[in-house]
Amino acid sequence: MFYREAGQFKTSYQADSQIFPIRQDRIGMVLVLAAAFIAVPGLASDYAFSAIFIPFLIFSLAALGLNILTGYAGQLSLGSAAFMAVGAFASYNFVLRIPGIPVLLAFVLGGLSAALVGIAFGLPSLRIRGFYLAAATLATQFFVVWCLTKIQWFTNYSSSGVITAQEMVILGIAINTPVKKYLLTLIVVCVMALLAKNMVRSNVGRSWMAVRDMDVAAEVIGFRLMRTKLLAFAVSSFYCGIAGALYAYAYLGTVEPEAYNLDLSFRILFMIIIGGVGSILGSFLGSAFIILLPIVLNMLAHGLALPTNVASNLELMVFGALIIFFLIVEPHGLARLWQIAKEKLRLWPFPH
Amino acid sequence: MNISFFFEVFIGGLLSGVMYALVALGFVLIYKASGVFNFAQGAMVFFAALTCVGLTEQFELSLWLAIPLTMLVMVVLGMAIERVVLRPLVNQPEISLFMATIGLTFFIEGLAQLLWGSQPHKLTLPIEDVPIEFFMERFNILVSQFDVIAALICALLVTGLALLFSKTKIGRALRAVADDHQAALAVGIPLQQIWAIVWAVAGFVALVAGLLWGARNGVQFALTFVALKALPVLILGGFTSVPGAIVGGLIIGASEKLAEVYIGPLVGGGIEGWFPYVLALLFLLVRPEGLFGEKIIRRI
Repeated sequence: MFYREAGQFKTSYQADSQIFPIRQDRIGMVLVLAAAFIAVPGLASDYAFSAIFIPFLIFSLAALGLNILTGYAGQLSLGSAAFMAVGAFASYNFVLRIPGIPVLLAFVLGGLSAALVGIAFGLPSLRIRGFYLAAATLATQFFVVWCLTKIQWFTNYSSSGVITAQEMVILGIAINTPVKKYLLTLIVVCVMALLAKNMVRSNVGRSWMAVRDMDVAAEVIGFRLMRTKLLAFAVSSFYCGIAGALYAYAYLGTVEPEAYNLDLSFRILFMIIIGGVGSILGSFLGSAFIILLPIVLNMLAHGLALPTNVASNLELMVFGALIIFFLIVEPHGLARLWQIAKEKLRLWPFPH
Repeated sequence: MNISFFFEVFIGGLLSGVMYALVALGFVLIYKASGVFNFAQGAMVFFAALTCVGLTEQFELSLWLAIPLTMLVMVVLGMAIERVVLRPLVNQPEISLFMATIGLTFFIEGLAQLLWGSQPHKLTLPIEDVPIEFFMERFNILVSQFDVIAALICALLVTGLALLFSKTKIGRALRAVADDHQAALAVGIPLQQIWAIVWAVAGFVALVAGLLWGARNGVQFALTFVALKALPVLILGGFTSVPGAIVGGLIIGASEKLAEVYIGPLVGGGIEGWFPYVLALLFLLVRPEGLFGEKIIRRI
């Protein structure tokens, strides 16, 4: 009854192609943003920021990156953590070696470095596809982490390999409390999500989807495969790189190769599977799900007074079972459920 | 360069390559018959080894009783996977099936550790890990007896599987299913039964691999990473070829050890982790379907 577009007429082309064509969506979006920018910083505790909100936003960004590559361009990647690592270490080195560089500029440069690495490791995608490519992207994962561990220059010859991230100062404001870190992350994520949304509904996104659906056919109708695929790798790695930099600076507080292991890559992959492959909203939903699931399971295990090792193994099992469950029941993820709910809402409460 | 040292490394590499091939074989079997890239093979190896050790330690069974029992467990596990995970996912894109097996990996890892605990175990097979005297005296090369016997077991297994695939009725059905699911169904081959058999056989291969790897490196969580070692073997040899898995394993094993010994010191060591991948990747640029994989013909 409340969610329907009846009576909302589009009188210009611009109005017809806007991001949220339905008024209720626009109102909802404003409410969500207001909650994120005003209500959350006012109400949440420091623990909630560092355990839930900041990692949620960062992982959403990384999932967004992987979703661009896997969901929209159809190139399965198991190396997203490697691109995050490149972003984090590149940002660290830019801040370290160029005195007075603004932190955000360092992040962008870090993202660009990740994009370059992404292009280099995306080159094989021109020749191989499917599982062969997925296995090949593992090469990125192992190679990058090895490089960062072995080549001392990247870690500035630190003896332990774990470096403390420099303090972030933006426009003279030191970003040192959880609230400030949260707001910084939120702004970055909002801007990049908007960019991504616009990218996938424009020319670029359509070419990615054409390549995903069938690359030979896309080539025949005139898409340049090399450009499209490499662009997807570059953009995806850029997003992952920025997410990696934020992960190091706003969440961990340290820069270390071990934080970006294969497990992280898999977690990001799970986020997009559960959230919805090929959906911007799905990246956020999936990230929220994967962040909250261990916390909820932990609380449950605590409530049932299970020993920790049993609980952690059960967590693994529930995790795996949920992935399988989602793939069987709803292969398009939480985003699809939301879409179905919206369809239902349009007719509710008089479906006939 | 010391030539006998070179051969020692080379042969050691070949023999460890055989072990990689053993794991890769499990992948190939399932991929051939059902088009599923089973990422959970490594977890199955871990599960098999841990179950076998757990049975001997906690119930004080002899190894010869524990192995058939574990075999039984693996067959049941394989069939359960077919029933619960794969059957509802028939006709889904290959990528979905692949991701489902990643979920399966987590599930099996959790289950194994839940049942048998997560501390590392020692597995002793009645094969001693001593250098063979013959090679020692004649060529002055260290060749481990354990590795050679492992290689022999592998050879036996591969021959058995090759015979199964080419000579028996089940083998013919398997190849028919691999070729075309629908056509196989149309001529009356029971698809689900065939898949259950394949998963059971893959479980058996996982058990053999788990026992050999477990005896070598100890039964611990790191055993699951064996699957990651088998991936470059697979892409080098081709996903659909049993000989490809063997040849790929030998190439990866030998080149990995040689690279570690001769190139490793130049760049700071530890290159075993990624060298096989980069090697396989470079190879794929030349032959995108691997050494023996089926030629991929793409039509619109």
